[in-house]
Amino acid sequence: MPIQYYLFLSFALFCIGIMGALMRRNAIIIFMCIELMLNAVNLLLVAFSKMYNDASSQIFVFFIMVVAAAEVAVGLAVIVMMYRRVHSVDINILNRLKH
Amino acid sequence: MIQFVYLVPLFPLLGFLINGFGWRTIPKSLGGIIGSASVLASFVVSLLIFFEVKNGANATVTLFDFIQTGKLSIPLAFRVDSLSSVFLLIITGIGFLIHVYSTSYMHEDEGMVKYFAYLNLFVFSMLLLVLGANYLVMYMGWEGVGLCSYLLIGFWYKNNDFASAGRKAFVMNRIGDLGFLVGMLLILFNFGTLTYTDFFGQLNNGLEPVRNSVYNWIAICLFIGAVGKSAQIPLFTWLPDAMAGPTPVSALIHAATMVTAGVYMIARSSLLYNLAPDALQIVGWIGAATAFMAATIAIKQYDIKKVLAYSTVSQLGFMFMALGMGAYTTAVFHVMTHAFFKALLFLGSGSVIHAMSGEQDIRKMGGLGKHMRTTQITFLIGCLAIAGIPFFSGFFSKDEILASTFAQNKMIYAIGIISAMMTAFYMFRLYTLTFTGKFRGTHEQEHHLHESPAAITIPLVLLAVLSIIGGYIGLPAVITEHHTLAHFLSSSVTNGLTAHLSHQTEWMLIGISSFIAIAFSIYGYMANRQPNFVPNSGLAKVLENKWYVDELYDALVVRPINELSALLDRFVERMGIDGFVNGVGKSVRWGSDRMRLLQTGQVGFYIFILVLGMTVLFALGFFWIG
Amino acid sequence: MDLFEILFWILTIGAISSALGVILSRNPINSVICLIATFFAISGHYVLLNAQFLAVVNIIVYAGAIMVLFLFVIMLMNLNADVEPQKSRLVQFAGIISGGILFLVILAALRDSKINGVLEKSSNSVGLIENLGKTLFQNYVLPFEISSVLFLSAMIGAMVIGKKEPSNDLPERSPNQN
Repeated sequence: MPIQYYLFLSFALFCIGIMGALMRRNAIIIFMCIELMLNAVNLLLVAFSKMYNDASSQIFVFFIMVVAAAEVAVGLAVIVMMYRRVHSVDINILNRLKH
Repeated sequence: MIQFVYLVPLFPLLGFLINGFGWRTIPKSLGGIIGSASVLASFVVSLLIFFEVKNGANATVTLFDFIQTGKLSIPLAFRVDSLSSVFLLIITGIGFLIHVYSTSYMHEDEGMVKYFAYLNLFVFSMLLLVLGANYLVMYMGWEGVGLCSYLLIGFWYKNNDFASAGRKAFVMNRIGDLGFLVGMLLILFNFGTLTYTDFFGQLNNGLEPVRNSVYNWIAICLFIGAVGKSAQIPLFTWLPDAMAGPTPVSALIHAATMVTAGVYMIARSSLLYNLAPDALQIVGWIGAATAFMAATIAIKQYDIKKVLAYSTVSQLGFMFMALGMGAYTTAVFHVMTHAFFKALLFLGSGSVIHAMSGEQDIRKMGGLGKHMRTTQITFLIGCLAIAGIPFFSGFFSKDEILASTFAQNKMIYAIGIISAMMTAFYMFRLYTLTFTGKFRGTHEQEHHLHESPAAITIPLVLLAVLSIIGGYIGLPAVITEHHTLAHFLSSSVTNGLTAHLSHQTEWMLIGISSFIAIAFSIYGYMANRQPNFVPNSGLAKVLENKWYVDELYDALVVRPINELSALLDRFVERMGIDGFVNGVGKSVRWGSDRMRLLQTGQVGFYIFILVLGMTVLFALGFFWIG
Repeated sequence: MDLFEILFWILTIGAISSALGVILSRNPINSVICLIATFFAISGHYVLLNAQFLAVVNIIVYAGAIMVLFLFVIMLMNLNADVEPQKSRLVQFAGIISGGILFLVILAALRDSKINGVLEKSSNSVGLIENLGKTLFQNYVLPFEISSVLFLSAMIGAMVIGKKEPSNDLPERSPNQN
C-alpha cells in the first residue's frame, strides 16, 4: 500500500479540523478541532515511522501527546474562566484584542 | 645630548598631564611651579643641544613609525639642526620667563592650574612644530598650537566676547590650516615623502620631473597656512581679537612664538621657495601690505593691547617681507629680536593692566612712570628696540630686512620705510600716553597704582637685557666679517637673496632708517605730550575702525553665508528633508490607521486569515517554486 | 484486496465520517462522542501500522483522559444544542470553501512531491514497548525530562487560572485583630 493513502487521509482529517475551527463559534468545539488536527499529524508521523522502520517518529507522537495533554489542561482552564466571566463560550464575545 | 632631544617636548607634556589631570586638586602655587619647572628643564636641554649644534652637530632622531603604508613611511621623528635649535631656545627661554611671570599674574585666578596646563600643552605643541622632521609632525604641532590658542584666548570663557574671539581665531586658523594641508598633500602626491631631508634632497637633485608651476602651487598653499597662523592679510583680524586672552598668553602665543610659526615653516622650506619665485613675490607683497596696513591701524587704537597686537601684525609683515625677498635668515633674526622685545612689551602692558586693575584704555592712563619705575624703563627699552633706534636689537634686524628689500624691490622698500616710520610713531605715542604726563583715570585707580611683584619685574628686566643685546648676534656685514646668525643658520636654511649691496649703499640705508626711527620716535613723543581725545573723523576714523575690515568680511563672507544657510534652512531643511522625514512618518501613521481596521478582535476572523495565509503559501510553493 | 486494505478502508471511512460529525453536529456532547470515535479509528490505524503501544496510549490518554475532561467541562457549563452559538450560513460556507481549497492546494503540492514509499505488510518490532523505550531513554532522555517540567508548569498554570478569584465582599483580616 503506497504511503499516499495515509497522506490523503491525514490531510483530509487536518482540513476537516480547519473547517471546524472556521465554522464554529463554540470555543470548546474549536479546541476539539485543534485536537483533531494534532491527531492527523500524529497519524502521518506513525505512517512515516512504518515506512522508514524508525522508532523516532513514534517518540515524536509521544511528545505531541504530552504537549496536547498539557495544552488541554491549560486551555480548558482558560475556557472555564471565560465561561465564569461572561457565561458563554462564544468566541465572538472575546473581541477585546481589538483595543 | 642631541639624541635626547625628545626630552625637550617631553617635559612640557608631563607638566600638561600632571596639571591637566589634577587641576582641581593641585594647589595654585604647586601648579605654577610644575608648569614653570617643566619649561625650565626643556630650556636647559635645549641649551645643551644648542651648544652641540653650534659645534656642527645635527641629527634626525626617529622615535617610532607613525604611518607605514606601502611605499609611504612617516616616522615620528625630530630634526635637530641650527634652525630648530634657535627656535627651541626662543620658545623654551621666553616660554620660561612668561611662565614665571604668569605665576604672579594669574595668581588671583581660580583656573590658574588649568591655565598652566594649557600653557604647557602649548609649549609642547610648539616644540613639536619646530622639532618635527617631516611636515606631518609639524602639522600636528601646528594644529596643537591652534587648539591651545583657542583655549587660552577663550580662557575667561564666561565672557561671551572672549569666547567668540577664541572661536574667531580658531576658524580663521582653520582656513589657513586647510591651505597647509593641501600643500602637504601636494608634496606627498608629487614627491612621495613628507620628510624634509628626502624632500629637499629631491629638490636639490632635480631628479623628480615636476613642472615648475607645481613648486609654486605647493609654496602658495603652504603660505596660505602661514597667512592664517601668522595673521597676514587677509586673515589677520583674529590676532587683535585674540588679545581677549590673559596678557602672558598674548606675549607668548600671539607675539613671540605661535604667530612666528609661519615664518619658521617658510624658512624651513627655503629650498622649495627658492624654486618658486612667483610664490615668493606673493609672500613679499602680502607681507608689505600687512606691515603697512597694521601700522596705520595701530596709530589710532586706544587699547594698550590692541596697539601691541597691531604692531605684532605689522612686524610679522616685516618678517614676511624678508621671506619674500628670499632673506630667510633675516626673517628668523627678526623673529628672534621681535620675540624679545614684543614679549617684553606685552609683559610690560600686563604689568600696567595689573596695576590698573584690568583697565586697558590708554586714554585713562598717563603718568604711570612715577608709580612703576621698572615697568616704565623696561617698556621704554622695548619701544626703543621695536622702533629701530640704533644699538637696540630691533634696529639690526629691521635694518637688515629693509636692506634686503632695497636690493630686491624698491617699491616694497618704500612701503617698509613708511611702516617703520609709523612703527616708531605709534610706539612712542603708546609710551607717552601710558607713562608720562598726568594720570587721567579715576581717583580710586590712582590710589591703587603700584609696582608689580618680583615674579613680574624680573622677567621684564631679563627680556629688556635681551632686547638690548639680542641684535648683536646679527651685526650687518659692513661692521663685522660675517653675520653670526646667518652663518649659523646657513647649514639648514638656504638664502635665495643674491643681490649684494655695496658698503656705501648699506651705510646709507642704515643712516636713513636710523634717522627715520629717531625722528619719528621724537615726533611720537612730542605729539602726544598734551593729549586731547577728540572723536576721530575722516581717515583717522577709518583707521580707528581698522579700515572696516571686520565689517567688510562681515558683509562679504559672514552675512551671505548666514543668508544662504537661512535659505537652505527654510527650503532644503524644513521643506525638503523635514518634509520627507515627516512625510514618511505621516504616511506610515495614515497607513496603520487604515490597517488597524483589519484587527477586528474576532478570533474566528484571525483563524480565517491564518488559513488563508497558509493556503497562499502552499499555492505559491506549488506554482512558483515547485 | 486483502484484509489489510479492507481494514484500512473501513477505518478511513470511520475516521473521516466521525470527524465530519465533530464539526457538523449542533450538540457539543455529540461532537465529543464523534471525536472519541475518530480517535478510536485512528488508534485502529496505529495498529495497522504496527504501532501497538501508541494505539493503546492514544485510547488511554486521548479517548480516555482528555475527552473525559472535555465532557466534564461541557457538563459543567450545561451546554447543549439550544445554547450553541451558530455562525451565519455565509461564514460557514466560507469556512468550508477555504478548508476545501487548502485541502486541494496541499494535495496538488503533494502530487508534485517525490514521496512514493510503500508500506510493507510484514510486521516488525518498531512499535513495541521495548523498542520505543530504548529509543526514548537512549536518544530522547533530555526532552523526556523537560516534558515533565512542562507538565508541572501546565498543572500549576491550570490551577492558577482556574482558581476562584477572592471575592470582594469578604472582610479583610486586619493585622491588629490577631
